[in-house]
Amino acid sequence: MTARARLLMFLAAAAVIAVFFAVACVRLPAFGSASHPYGDRAVAAALEHRTANVISSVNFDTRAFDTLGEESILFGTVLGATLLLRRARDERHVRAQAEDVMTTTRLFGALLLPVALIVGVYIVAHGQLSPGGGFQGGVVLATALHLAYVAADYRVLKRLRPLAVLDVADSIAAASYSIIGLTGLIVAGAFLKNIAPLGTFNEITSGGTVPVLNAAVGVEVASGLIALLAHFLDQAVEIGDPEQRDTPDANAQGGT
Amino acid sequence: MGIGPYLAAGWVLLIALYGLVTSRNLIHAIGCLAVAQSSTYLLLLAVGYRSNGTAPVFSDLTPGTRPVVDPVVQALALTDVVVGATVTALLLALTIQLRKRHHTVDPQALTGLKG
Repeated sequence: MTARARLLMFLAAAAVIAVFFAVACVRLPAFGSASHPYGDRAVAAALEHRTANVISSVNFDTRAFDTLGEESILFGTVLGATLLLRRARDERHVRAQAEDVMTTTRLFGALLLPVALIVGVYIVAHGQLSPGGGFQGGVVLATALHLAYVAADYRVLKRLRPLAVLDVADSIAAASYSIIGLTGLIVAGAFLKNIAPLGTFNEITSGGTVPVLNAAVGVEVASGLIALLAHFLDQAVEIGDPEQRDTPDANAQGGT
Repeated sequence: MGIGPYLAAGWVLLIALYGLVTSRNLIHAIGCLAVAQSSTYLLLLAVGYRSNGTAPVFSDLTPGTRPVVDPVVQALALTDVVVGATVTALLLALTIQLRKRHHTVDPQALTGLKG
């Protein structure tokens, strides 16, 4: 199919989608309307379980089962990327080079890395109180570690990154989510039921199982993301092209 | 305000689909897919908005004093972001392998099957 024919087909389909979508929008409740029955019920449920951040309450209390699926997707992606990005038999392993970095950049990284890690832990720990939680804090934790790569070089990052430990932590955190759910099933008769003491509203120990699940997801996201990025970075830094030795310029075009 | 925000979400989706259809580079196509996905964030948040509403976080807000936006769709948007990130990661991994085995990232040049 030529590019022109493809574009014409797309334009016809897009016109149909646009018309149907616009007609559907007209029948939606007006933007900004006051009626949100599910929202009101979610707010009431969160306050009843003494969780200040209603979104965390929805994610880790009322819809905790859906979040189990969500974190399983993440776990599956880490597995899939590990499988896809493994070193093939015909690829060479190139040792990462030590890079020359300005002393000020190095100092900046050394100062900022612990601060960024603490911010990540803070966001995970306060998921039930303020915007944030396991997913967001986990991403902050994983990117904080990569300051070592930005401000120094790949060798420093590799020394800071115990991949074997992180792989195990990822699996344990993913499993612990289900174990917390099963505890609810055994103790209270419902999977992922909020069984822990609810604590005091607006204190760090509030929300029952919400902070526990947040911590499990935080560990899983942080270690999973570090492992995921490790495979991508290995591809870029440490794995040589299979045919590079024969034809150095064969792969120069495209992709950049 | 009417239905403007909903239509904006639809517009973002169609622009992203246009990018996908005309794409000559898989990395660009994955970017377009991410844009298409972000149209769903826009739609979800537009559905959940309540006039003069604030964030549904009660650590510094007494319940009942101000309208809050719908937290359910915000939680759905979070799920959406996570799924979007995982899909992007897997597609980028596939693109790396494709580039290695077929020496191109142009989807229109990938015609033959190769074992």
